[in-house]
This record gives sequence, structure tokens and C-alpha cells, in this order.
Amino acid sequence: MRNAWTIMRRELMAYFVSPIAYVVTALFLALHGYMFSLILFFSQEATMRYLFGTMTTVLLFIAPVLAMRLLAEEYRSGTIELLLTAPLRDWELVLGKWLASVVLWAVMLLFTLVYPYFLYLYGPPDWGPVVSGYVGIFLFGAALLALGTLASALTENQIVAAILGTVFTVGLWVLRGAGDLLGGTLSRVVNYIALADHTMDFTRGVVDTRDLLYFMSVMVLALFLATRAVEVRRMQ
Amino acid sequence: MIEVMGLTKTYGPVVAIQDLNFRVERGEIVGFLGPNGAGKTTTMRILTGYMPPTRGRALVAGFDVLQQPLEVRRRVGYMPETVPLYPEMTVADYLDFMARLRGVPNRRERIAAVMARLGLTERAEDRIGKLSKGYRQRVGLAQAILHEPEVLILDEPTIGLDPQQIIEVRQLIRQLGERHTIILSTHILPEVSQVADRVLIINKGRLIAEDTPEGLTALLAGGRRLEVEIEAPGVGEEEVRKVLAAVPGVQEVTLEAPQRYVVVAREADDPRPLLAKAIVERGWRLFELRTSALSLEDIFLQLITRESGVETA
Repeated sequence: MRNAWTIMRRELMAYFVSPIAYVVTALFLALHGYMFSLILFFSQEATMRYLFGTMTTVLLFIAPVLAMRLLAEEYRSGTIELLLTAPLRDWELVLGKWLASVVLWAVMLLFTLVYPYFLYLYGPPDWGPVVSGYVGIFLFGAALLALGTLASALTENQIVAAILGTVFTVGLWVLRGAGDLLGGTLSRVVNYIALADHTMDFTRGVVDTRDLLYFMSVMVLALFLATRAVEVRRMQ
Repeated sequence: MIEVMGLTKTYGPVVAIQDLNFRVERGEIVGFLGPNGAGKTTTMRILTGYMPPTRGRALVAGFDVLQQPLEVRRRVGYMPETVPLYPEMTVADYLDFMARLRGVPNRRERIAAVMARLGLTERAEDRIGKLSKGYRQRVGLAQAILHEPEVLILDEPTIGLDPQQIIEVRQLIRQLGERHTIILSTHILPEVSQVADRVLIINKGRLIAEDTPEGLTALLAGGRRLEVEIEAPGVGEEEVRKVLAAVPGVQEVTLEAPQRYVVVAREADDPRPLLAKAIVERGWRLFELRTSALSLEDIFLQLITRESGVETA
């Protein structure tokens, strides 16, 4: 575990030196600042619900971008060879990498706390849904980042990793539509796998353990597959 | 310290290394010699616990690379051919990262000591991306010895360096050889005779010779090497070559330069009189006929081009 921490530290340092982290964070905050104002103006409601909705959609696309370099860059530059010849387990490497991206995501979210602050000034909102909404969106982001990490583990090209990651996230999201088409029990199974449904409750102030379980499952599965991908790299 | 038995690695239909058998004793410096694509890097990657073999076994410091790869990695310091580093990190930060990863105790002192040893102290706060190739190589070496491994595996450690730097690195390797067991790979022949205690020659995935540099020279200079300069007007070089090769006792004749032929014969046979006779009989002009020592280059090329095994001493 200590090794995963070491990897995470280094990756965080790398994030703060690279422009990507700053650019994505700036764009994210600019976009949501704008959306927040717009929503507030038109709805006149002291709620974060709609904004969380925007965030989930935006995250589908930026999570893979944040995660694209995690393993792909190590493959490309050859530094993977030093990591894989160190007394470091493959899962520790993947875990450390993913955790770094999650910390970055947490920092981005921390900045968005200005919005609830404004709501507080405006007219105190219902805090329950705000808190649960943040928990939900955080886990949602972490799950998407796990998918992005998986994509990054599959290629040495960062662009391909970003695109592949987006295919994973968007794919999992639109599964909802497919679910509806199928009907019957199959429809419910497919809809459960889809991301969309699991974000609804959080924004309404409900922390449903099924949703928690779902997010955890996505994270575990994606990171497990990413570890396998790294193992396969060794063979080459 | 290192035992390799029947080591084989295939990537699908491609055979990278086949049935390698060798040992490296504690404290030895062994050179892996072979042309590009011979299988040196593959072998090293297996010995560092990076990838598993397809067949066979390798034991490093008593641990099996397949069963206990983590233990192997703990005891091995590795410098890959490309010396991959993180360009955005400073030397000190990078070494700190590697030291943490390897669980090095007393990190700060150890890093300072290693940097001093490799002449990196002044460069400690420089970004790796800004360093010259020579310094990057040193950082690569620093990373490899940080955890005081029992075994050092260096893949082409002097590639891309200028002559001055090459001399420095070789000296360093000799010094390190006093405290570590070292395997280094190279396709630069002088490197091996200057630095290594023993040489393993690999070609097309097979071990084709194993001995000390002197031993190999002696082995094949049982092995008389002659250089002949002939002018044969109106006769093609290939024709001359055939005539020389037909002389009793001659094993091989190659054209080294226009009108210069290298004749190899067994120690027991001395074909010089018969060669001279054959040349003069045909009215060719003999300018020079002399014996020269077999260099490691010759041994290497002979072994490689013949693609045959040589009995080991």
C-alpha cells in the first residue's frame, strides 16, 4: 500500500507541472460558473440539483482526458520499464495512478464549493441534497476516472486513451437508452448497468446504497481490468 | 548468484531466446555480447523480473524469477538501454521517488552518497529533461544502485556517450564490480574485453560461446590468422579466394580489403609455405604474408557468421 502512495504522490506532482490539469480545471470552473449563474437566474431556486446534472454530463468527457496520461505516458516514454522492474505490484501501480486523478478531481470539486456558498448568501438551500449531491458526484467522477485509467492502460497514445475512455464513459451512459428499448427484465438489468440512473438519487438528497455499490463495482472492475492490461504489457 | 537453465522466450511464433544455460557467480562482471536483436534485452528483462520466461528457469540471488518476481526485483538494479526518466522531475526528486519505491532506508543520506559517487551533486536541482545524455546516464545508474542491489543489470550502458564519457562509465562499472555482481550487454566489442571478467556471446537467441576474453582469443587462435596481400592481374578476387581456400590446412579465407585476404587455419597446420607456393606458381604477385593475432572482433564475426557452436573451455 505504501507503494501506491508513492506512485500517487509522484503523479500528483506531475499533474501540477503539466498544463492539462490547469486547463481542464479552469474550463470546468468557467463553464460551471456560467451554468450556475444562468440556472440560478432562471430557476430562482436555491438548489444545486441542475448544476450537478450539468456536471455529470461534462464529466463524461473530461474524466477520460484527466486520466489519459496515467499509464499511456509511462508506456510511451519507456519509464514503465523501471516501474515494472521495481518491487511494486501491478495493482499498486494502477491504484496509485487512479488515486492521483481522484485527488485532482476532489480539488476541482473543492473549488466549486463557492456555488453552495452563494446559495447560502442568497437564501439558505436545503443542505441535505447538497451534501449528498456532492458525495454522489464525487463517486461518479471517481468511477469515470477508473474507466479513464483502464483506457490509459490499454495504449501508449494519450489521444487514443482519451477517446477510448470516452467510449467507455459515454457507452455506459447511453446504455440507459438501450435498456428502455429492450423492455422487460432485460431492460432493468441493462438500465442498472447504465450510469444515468445512479446519479439521479444523489441529486435529490438520497444516498441509495445500491448506487454506492454500483459506483464501487465500476471502480473495482475497471481498476482490475487495468491491472490485467498492465500484466499483459509485461509479456511484450 | 544467477543461474539460467533452459531459458526460452517466444512471442507467438517469434523465438527471442532459446534454451539459454549459464551461470554468473557473485562478484563477477559478465558481458553479454551480440548483434542487435540477438536476445540480450529479452534475457535481461527476464532476469530483472520484468517478464516471465516461456520455458526454463532463472534464479537470481536464489529466487526464481517466475515464482518470486518481487524478491528478485528487490535485489536487482536495472538500467534499460533507453535510460527512461521523467524529464519534468529534478534529479533529487527523481532519486527520492525511486528510493521510496524501493524502500531505501535513510533516504536522504543514501541519495546524497549516490549522487556524490556519480558526480551528480551539483546537478541535484536540475530538471532531468535539461541534462546532457552523459548526465542522464549517470542518473540512470544512480537509480540502479540506490538500493544497494546484489545484482546490477545494465543494458548497453555506454550507448550514445562521447569517448570521454564512455571511459568514465567503464571505470565506474569496474568500481561497482567490486561490490556488485554485474551483467552488462553491449555490441561494442572493446567494452567487453576492457570491463568484463567473462563474455557470453549470443546470436539469434542462442548462446554460442562463453569464456573469458582471453580464453576465447586463445580458443580460436588455435586459430592461426594470416594476412596475405596479393595482386593477381586478370583474375577476379573470388577466384583468388577459392585458390587460397583450397590450400591444405586452410579453414577459411575472407576478403578484407582490395587485394588483402585473411586466411584462417588451425594452430597445428601452417599453410604459409603452400600458400606462398600456390600464389607464386600462378604468377601472382605476393606483397605480404604475415601472421596476426585473432582479435575479439574476428572471433565475434567468425562465430556470428558461422552460426555454429564452439566448444566451451
